[in-house]
Amino acid sequence: MQLALWTYEGPPHIGAMRIATAMEGVHYVLHAPQGDTYADLLFTMIERRSKRPPVTYTTFQARDLGGDTAELFMTAAREAFARFQPQAMLVGASCTAELIQDDPGGLARTLGLPIPIVPLELPAYQRKENWGASETFYQIVRTMAQRQVPPPGTRRLRAEGARARCNILGPTALGFRHRDDLREILGLLARLGVDVNVVAPMGATPADLARLGDADFNIVLYPEIAQQTASWLTRSFGQPSVRTVPIGVGATRDFIREVAALAGVDATAVLDDETSRLPWYARSVDSTYLTGKRVFIFGDATHAVAAARVAAQELGFTVVGLGTYSREFARDVREAAKLYGIEALITDDYMDVEAQVAELQPELVLGTQMERNIAKKLGIPCAVISAPVHVQDFPARTSPQMGFEGANVLFDTWVHPLMMGLEEHLLAMFREDFEFHDGAAPSHLGGKAEPIAEKAAPVAVQESPAVLVWSKDGEKELGKIPFFVRGKARRNTERYSTERGISTITVDTLYEAKAHYAR
Amino acid sequence: MSASAALDLPMMAGGCGAAPVLRERGQREVFCGLTGIIWLHRKIQDAFFLVVGSRTCAHLIQSAAGVMIFAEPRFATAIIDERDLAGLADCNEELDRVVTRLLERRPDIKLLFLVGSCPSEVIKLDLSRAAQRLSRVFSPKVRVLNYSGSGIETTFTQGEDACLAALVPEMPASAAGASRALLVVGALAEVVEDQMRRLFAALGIGAVSFLPPRRASELPAVGPNTAYLLAQPFLADTARLLEQRGATRLEAPFPLGAEGTTLWLRAAADAWGVAPALFHAVTAAGEERARAGIARHRDALAGKSIFFFPDSQLEIPLARFLARELAMRPIEVGTPYLHRQHLATELDLLPAGTMLSEGQHVENQLDRCRAARPDLVVCGLGLANPLEAEGITTKWSIELVFTPIQGYDQAGDLAGLFARPLDRRARLAV
Repeated sequence: MQLALWTYEGPPHIGAMRIATAMEGVHYVLHAPQGDTYADLLFTMIERRSKRPPVTYTTFQARDLGGDTAELFMTAAREAFARFQPQAMLVGASCTAELIQDDPGGLARTLGLPIPIVPLELPAYQRKENWGASETFYQIVRTMAQRQVPPPGTRRLRAEGARARCNILGPTALGFRHRDDLREILGLLARLGVDVNVVAPMGATPADLARLGDADFNIVLYPEIAQQTASWLTRSFGQPSVRTVPIGVGATRDFIREVAALAGVDATAVLDDETSRLPWYARSVDSTYLTGKRVFIFGDATHAVAAARVAAQELGFTVVGLGTYSREFARDVREAAKLYGIEALITDDYMDVEAQVAELQPELVLGTQMERNIAKKLGIPCAVISAPVHVQDFPARTSPQMGFEGANVLFDTWVHPLMMGLEEHLLAMFREDFEFHDGAAPSHLGGKAEPIAEKAAPVAVQESPAVLVWSKDGEKELGKIPFFVRGKARRNTERYSTERGISTITVDTLYEAKAHYAR
Repeated sequence: MSASAALDLPMMAGGCGAAPVLRERGQREVFCGLTGIIWLHRKIQDAFFLVVGSRTCAHLIQSAAGVMIFAEPRFATAIIDERDLAGLADCNEELDRVVTRLLERRPDIKLLFLVGSCPSEVIKLDLSRAAQRLSRVFSPKVRVLNYSGSGIETTFTQGEDACLAALVPEMPASAAGASRALLVVGALAEVVEDQMRRLFAALGIGAVSFLPPRRASELPAVGPNTAYLLAQPFLADTARLLEQRGATRLEAPFPLGAEGTTLWLRAAADAWGVAPALFHAVTAAGEERARAGIARHRDALAGKSIFFFPDSQLEIPLARFLARELAMRPIEVGTPYLHRQHLATELDLLPAGTMLSEGQHVENQLDRCRAARPDLVVCGLGLANPLEAEGITTKWSIELVFTPIQGYDQAGDLAGLFARPLDRRARLAV
């Protein structure tokens, strides 16, 4: 049993809904109790889709449990087929239906419907949303494409002079900027002269999935969702995959080179004419103040790892924390963390993340909506880089994370919450100005000063032994240190004092500790 | 004799008291009772709601109200996992561990609700025993109660009913020989509660209290001296338990609109024997303000047809208000559950010929809705945007539960909630 204030991912059947809703001509019959229909609003309200997700819920109640819930499922499936006439049907159970073990797959097969039935086994007490999306995508692709798989050992041949064709795998409904990433990548491929065979699941029909094997290679935009499917396509059709996720300028360049190599095209023109302002903006002198800013990063594995690279190499931040809730990809994140000399935080427990942010006292948090909550509480600037999604993650404008335009978006959204360099200096010089103190937000954000920094302080105090006391002057001097490093200063000073058996921290102790740790 | 005749009310010709009800089963596009936590955790300020359920439950509550960016909520989920189900972990020990961690984190909690869910009901996890055990451990600092908000047993607002029903046995008994006391039952916005308090005071109706109270420690007393007024139409179990403790229900429609509020107040006034002149003197100004507020929206709404999908059980009182005070035409009024006794006066006041439906087969109901082409559809968040995209104007129903709509001074706002979607559609030229 796990205590969850917030959850980073929904249950696995939500992942299945993201696949079904992204596609055309698919219907999902979900054995589920009354109330599970809440999931529809994720798509109609958060993503603002104009159509209901293609999902029928059996809606069983307590009084049905002693009776025939299986019959309820059969009726729902039969009616859904008659009404929606899908090309393929996904069937499965939500968490409660899993407990009553009605076997939706077996039941659906007995109906003799003239379409492919894809039974989904999504263990709700073990797995989560992204895993559910990945598994659903894999199952429906296998069901639809299996018959086209050539005999083992067949070599892939491209006709002389034919343009290279690829599939784009991964974009779903309710994905973090998937809509805009896809547009950006389609533009890049067009400039490279690479044709797109199928984009899936977004916009694909079951019939489209059957011709995935026609492409020369696959592009995996979101490994959490499409890696399993891409591996199967590699095994079955001999299609190689592009695995670089083009988030950030460097990764986009790598991505272009990788695509060009697989497609046999010359990428020089596209690379010479890259359209990102990030490289120059990062070199512009006003960005000097970004140097070494301590940043904490948390999100799904793909976005977290990509954000760390951008933060370190393209903005000159120092990555002090890197973590993910995607346990399936923990190894990738651990590997990435080693590059920054830190230990990855692998957890889906919001409270663990909160504790680490409080402990590290970063100057910027790049995270999910939950980290935004944590950062707000601790008075730390924050930008959102990853799902779970919020209505604000579906902006009216095109706002990709991927490609060169995506890099522009990253620069803007990460730098925006920070104070400009001069403003930060002034704040440090005139600490006691009543209008211009600690809690003041960056002036361009127009926020009123809130006494939030003080609340953050006790986190550090609790860790210190009770015998240690701050003198009045020492405490006052501590107050003159900018709030975003004050927690660290307090902790360092207390550790310095404890190690030396100092029981009262004076102004001098504070500066001695500062000098000590500055070395 | 019908209920309204007993109250001497101006009846609509025929009313709907004996009207047939279309009962359907199929897909229900409604929330489960866990959703009530979204307002209850704000209403009772020192209470905390711990759902014992699945990741789906946690995801539902966090998604349903888009509460993610607010301050830390006073609710959480103890997510049951594979180890609990396989018997590798003892569910009760696990729950104790989770509750201990939670109470360490939130020392301000005085009342903890363990809220049952579909999975906890299906695996027959006994939360009432768990609540007793944990109460003993954490008493006297924290009281632990339980109720079920599971979808297999409750719909949306029934979660509040289950929560309040869990509080009833905790209410102290009135002192022997205590004088008559009024209890208003059902969560109301604080501004509405304060208005009601002032009106009851002016009427000379003494000892008025509210369930739920703002603080868990302020639970009102109950006993044979208690007369209670329902402020919400979805409180069947709570009412039953209050009656078991000797309280009597004052028959009234619900305090929506000028008329509804007056009739609701009058039910209490009559029980207290308030003189008609005093009643008029106290209520006339408020009622006049309410009528003026409503009149501002009459042109926009009069004659317009309206279709209710089932959601909160507020549908019948709302349809009554819109029909009688704004001259709207209810085509179909759907409710997740129809409590004939509590809604008797409401049904009598509803225009004859209004189609009533209970339960839901959402696809069939959407077919009926599209065929009827109503001017305004009241429905949940899953249906609203898709219907808008089909060109049908909608009012999302959850707002009616999260907005102060009861009482005289909210009657105009309530009418405005229905007028705004039509106004918006008329303004937009894109």
